[in-house]
Formats: sequence, C-alpha cells, structure tokens
Amino acid sequence: MSHDSAFSIPKGRLSAQTLIAYVEDRPGTLNRIVSLFRRRGFNIDSLTVGRTERPGISRITVVVRADDDTARRLEANLYKLVNVVHVDDVTHAPSVTREMAFVKVRAGQDRRAELLQLVQTFRARVVDLGPESIIVETTGTQEKLDGLIEVLRPFGILELVRTGAVAMLRGPGTGAMDETQEAEDGVAA
Amino acid sequence: MSSQQAVAQQILAAHAKDPAQKTGAQIVWEVLTRLGVEVVFGYPGGAIMPTYDAMPGYPIRHVLVRHEQGAAHMADGYARASGKVGVAIATSGPGATNLVTGIATAMLDSSPVVCITGQVSSAAIGSDAFQEIDITGITLPITKHNYLISRAEDVAPALFEAFEIALSGRPGPVLVDITKDAQQAMARFDPKAPIPRTMRRRPRPAPRPDAIARAAELIDNSERPLILAGQGVIASGSGELLREFAEKTGVPVASTLLGLGGFPASHPLSLGMMGMHGEAWVNTSMQEADLLIALGMRFDDRVTGKLSTFAVHAKKIHAEIDPSEINKNVKVDVALPGDLRKTLEALVPAVQKRTRRNWLERIGALRGEVARRDVQSKPSRGKLFAPHVLHDLWRLTDGKALVVTDVGQHQMWEAQYYKHDRARSLITSGGLGTMGFALPAAIGARFARPQDDIWVVAGDGGFQMTSCELTTCAQEGIKVNIAIINNGYLGMVRQWQEFFYNRRYVATPLKSPDFVTLAQAHGLTGFRVTSRDEIPGAVDRARKEPGTVVVDFRVEQEEAVYPMVPANSDLRDMIRRPAAFEEEEFQETD
Repeated sequence: MSHDSAFSIPKGRLSAQTLIAYVEDRPGTLNRIVSLFRRRGFNIDSLTVGRTERPGISRITVVVRADDDTARRLEANLYKLVNVVHVDDVTHAPSVTREMAFVKVRAGQDRRAELLQLVQTFRARVVDLGPESIIVETTGTQEKLDGLIEVLRPFGILELVRTGAVAMLRGPGTGAMDETQEAEDGVAA
Repeated sequence: MSSQQAVAQQILAAHAKDPAQKTGAQIVWEVLTRLGVEVVFGYPGGAIMPTYDAMPGYPIRHVLVRHEQGAAHMADGYARASGKVGVAIATSGPGATNLVTGIATAMLDSSPVVCITGQVSSAAIGSDAFQEIDITGITLPITKHNYLISRAEDVAPALFEAFEIALSGRPGPVLVDITKDAQQAMARFDPKAPIPRTMRRRPRPAPRPDAIARAAELIDNSERPLILAGQGVIASGSGELLREFAEKTGVPVASTLLGLGGFPASHPLSLGMMGMHGEAWVNTSMQEADLLIALGMRFDDRVTGKLSTFAVHAKKIHAEIDPSEINKNVKVDVALPGDLRKTLEALVPAVQKRTRRNWLERIGALRGEVARRDVQSKPSRGKLFAPHVLHDLWRLTDGKALVVTDVGQHQMWEAQYYKHDRARSLITSGGLGTMGFALPAAIGARFARPQDDIWVVAGDGGFQMTSCELTTCAQEGIKVNIAIINNGYLGMVRQWQEFFYNRRYVATPLKSPDFVTLAQAHGLTGFRVTSRDEIPGAVDRARKEPGTVVVDFRVEQEEAVYPMVPANSDLRDMIRRPAAFEEEEFQETD
C-alpha cells in the first residue's frame, strides 16, 4: 500500500503512528478514507475496521509510517471527511496495541518437535495440525509478531496473514466520549 | 392510462390526504426555496426530468446552460460574487460527468457550490443502465462530501446538510445525486418545520491563547515582517480587520492571486501579488523578510517557488481555517488554526503599535527600481499591448468593475494591472487553472450582482472552450462585457515554449473564429480594437450597450508576462524584462 509521499517538507523522524478514527457506518465511508490516504500520499502500514459499542459507528485503527507533523496533518485531513466522527492519535498516549496473525509453516516429522517448542516459547497457539504443515495463531504487538515470523521463516512459511493493529487507550477514558471537550478546546496544531 | 398519469393521480390522492406529502422532486424545490436560493443553473435530461417537471411554481429562476461545465462554473461564479451557495443541476451520466471540471475548480478554490444530479432508478443502479455513471465515486476526491439519495424522505436532510457543508469551515462543493425513483416517490415535508442542523459535532479549530501571544511576540520583535493575504481574508470577511492589523503593526501586505481585493490595492501598505508572476519587489521582500504572517492562504507552489529556497530567513506564522494545510508545504513556527476573523480579533489587541520605516524604505527602493521597467512607461507606437488594455480598463472603470478572468497570460496581466480595492471584485480560477472558466462564471456572478459593471477578461484560447454560453447570455437576457485578449496564440504555453523549449511553438498558434461576427451570430454586439487610442471608446460603448458585448482586442502576438519565476525556482531568480529593450524604450520617451 505504500508509495512515495508527495509532500516536500523535510521529514522528521519516521515512526509508526497509530490513529483511531470513529466513523459512521455508511456505504462508501471506507472508500473515502482509503481514497484520502492514496490521494495525499500517506503510507499505510495497516488498517483495520470493525464495529464498536455504539450502533452505527465503526472504528478504524490505522498505522502509518510518518513523523509527528505528518500524523497531525493526517488527523486534520480525516476530520475533513464528513463521516468521520472522531479521531484519536494514540501514538504517544498510554494504550494497548495488538495484532493477530496466522502463519502456515512447513512441518515435516523431523523438525516438528523443535517447531512446537518455539511456538510455545512465543506463547502462540497451533490451530491446525496437518501431516505436512501447521497453522500457528498469534496475538501481540507488531514486534512480537515480527519476531515469531522471523524464527518461523527457516522452517518454510507457506502462507501468512496479519490482521493489522487494533488499539485502545488505557484507563477509563474513551476517546470518542471526550469529543465535546475537544470541540471546545479546538484542535491545536 | 399511462404510467405517468397514474403517478400524477397517486400524487394528487396522497396530497389530498396529507398536504405535507410531496414528491422527492417537489422536496428539492421546497428545500431550495427554504434556503433562499434565487437561481439555479442547469440542463435537463432523462434522470432529472421529475425534478424539472416540479420546478414551475417555485420562486426560483432557472438558467438553461449550453454545457453542464458552464452550469458548475456559473454556480461557482455566483458563489464567489455573493458568498452564498451556488446551485447547478444536471442529469445522470454525461450530464453529471460534464460537471466534473467545474466541481474540481470549485474544490481547488474553496467555493461553496451544491450540484444536484439525477441518477437512474435505484433498481437499475449497478447494471450499467442507459446514462448510468457512478458520479459519487467520480467526484469523491473533488467534493467536500457527496450523497447518493435513493429515498424521497432522504432528499431534504441531504440537501440541508449539503448547504451547511458547502458553506462551513473551508467552503467547497457538495454533490447530491438523487435517483429517479426517489424524485418520484412521496415523502412528508413540512415547509414550516425548522431547518434541521446536522447532529455531527465537528471540531472547531481555534488558536490557543499561548499561540496568539507567541505570534504577537514574533510580530513585535520582527524588523522585516510581511503579511501574505490569501482568499481566506475575503471568505471570512476580515478585510477591515486585516487593514486595522496592518496599520497598527506597520506591516506591508502581499496578496495571493485569489487574495487580491482582500486588502485595498491603493493602500500605501499594499504590495500587490506575490509568486510566479508577482512583481519583483514583492518576491524580493518575501525572500528578505524575517517574518511571514500568512493569513488564509496555503503556500501554493506558484507562491513559494522552490520550497528549499523559500523565505529561508523568515519565521512563519500561519493562520488558516483548514488545519490540514498547516505544515503541509512550509513548516511554520506558530500555527493559528481557525476562522481568520476570530484569529485577527484576538491578534489585533495583542500586538504593539509600530512603524517600520527602514523596511518600508527598502521595499520602496525595490519598487522604484522596478518602476523603470514597468510596461506602463512603454510607448505603444500604434501597437496594442495587452498590459495597456488591462491598465486602461482599470482606469476607465474607476477600478470598480467586477472582473472575471479566464486562465493564462491575460489573467496575470489583469492581476498585475487591474488594481482591486474591494473584496469579491476579482473572480478567477486559481488552484485548478481552468480555461473556459470566465464567461460562465461571469454569467453566474451577474445574478449575485445585478447592478455591477461586469467584465470578462479572457484569452482567445480559453474563451473558445465555453463560448457556447454566449447563447445563454442571449436567451436569458444577461449583460456582461467580454474583453477577449486575442493574440492568436495559447499565450502562456507559447511563453513557456519561448523560455524553456527553444521557441518551438508546438500546438500553440491558434486560429479563432471572427469574434465580432460570432457575437453578431448570437444576436449580440461585437467590435474590434486594434490600437490603444480606441480603448476608451470601446469600453464606453460596451458599458452603454444593454446586452452582452464582445470586444476583440487584437493585441501584440508574442508578448510575455514579466517578471516570471520559472517553476520550482528561487523567487529571486526572476526572468525580467529584457534590458536592451528597456533602455531603448526609455531613450525614446526621454
């Protein structure tokens, strides 16, 4: 999904920036969001969409590789979409972020024991066990998933799917509920 | 009984039971009437016919265009001339796609336009039915928002919301696509019910008090500050505040193309237009400044030139209603997101009163040096120079005309030589640079400004792109004055070929119809001007004529717009008027 950014400002340090967008569950909303990323040249690392506790509101977690200024501009651009109800930038806020993956690994009899040992060490689970292959399920931070995939690679990865990250603020605060406050404070750039 | 008669009977029956029952088509006009719309610009066709059929009886004027692109530009011109929402109507398929250039033009220049399009019946959507096109998909990146409406009860909420979105925050176009069955079906509409406000809470950005304080401190401590005034000054109605701010701080004001008129050109602190064809003193001042105060502008590449060389010694303050514009092209030191009027209301009392004699003297010296090169000092020797036409038009109309330009050399000459003292006295396609914009935009502007002297200034190329709208002027009885700056070339492209492509004039020599007889063929008046001394008579005659007038100014063919900063260059690397030429001229006038 990544391509060269069109922006000419010298970039600050690039890092993974995580934003949560609450959007109205209407036809075309996801299209608008993806179109925005494409048009403005933002590099998407991952994007996940799902329902929330509020009927009619979906939640999008998007991870982009960008500097802080770019992330702020992305947030401002998301707010320009009418169907976007609220945006939280959780990059620098105390939050939990998790991603899930299935990895189908070649698992002949000779190395199977070694493989299962590794899976256990990573606290991953085997969800399918076949004569030639196993499917490993794992949940964790992006780094943990990267680590597991690296150690599985020498066994022969047949298939890999990652969900992309979902994130939530720690503590009782819910970003979406605090929006009235923010509307009065204004978005400070 | 035909199906149409059956529908009509159904409507009558439903209406008898509940007078608030109306068709989706009627609701369109009910809502537009309710919102105070006086005029719509459109073109009928199959999928929008129910809406057209319901139009008579409502107090709204319809202007029949000759091409839907014209409808979108007219709505845009109306919006820019009035500050209100302009409305365009078209049918599905080609009617809708013909709007696209006009919608994009409005998007790039933040103009509040609502386009209503017919769509095939909801049952046929997705089947590639006759004249079916996914116009909401097509216009997704060039509208602030759009709607596909397939139920009559959704028509009113969508239209009310569309108007609110078009006008709020940074204005822009909204498209409402209504299926034919939604236009025909019945829904309840109570014309006396209050206009619903959208329940969506948007963050309303506003500068923090500490940012205002920091901006004031930078302004107070700067020695060579410059205000860059953009269209935001006009859109937010902050012209008076800007004047107060500039006079109190003693800071000179440069304008973007779309900002012209936001600050009076005749004001001693006014410098004129900045950027690619900005005068040398403006761009040099920008490069020498130690502080840039950008108000309602977005640092377009035509303004900044090469970014890495742009105002490198200057701190930057950026006041802008669209937070996504801040730190986009130019990294700023103080961000003031929010409505410019509110920002200036906070900023004016926070700054100290100052005069800046040294800085103004420096700019004055730059200006004096340039004045020697000014084309106004150039004798015409029986020739007709385009800058003379624009300069004389400014003088002869006392600078009070509403000028609507097309795109190209004439547009830049207008910006340089027609001095705009009032907001909304120049309408031009800046961001998208849409040739063919001027005539339809001027027709739209006419409905917003029935009393004003309106001048279209267009090149021979751009004029031909939408000259079909001359017929619209004739049919609708619309009066505008049209000055065609006719040099027989696509002049701006020819100029680039001259400077950057070794004078290979590929596809730029341009044959045009005889514009005088073209006007006459439309039942309008046309005449030709070939020398400078004919200009006053021509302007006078055009203004006295009751109908639309086409004046064909046959200007010198290979003139270039000076100065010019080549694309993506340092603003100081200007192409100036050739020196030898200049000396010769001055010896003769001495």
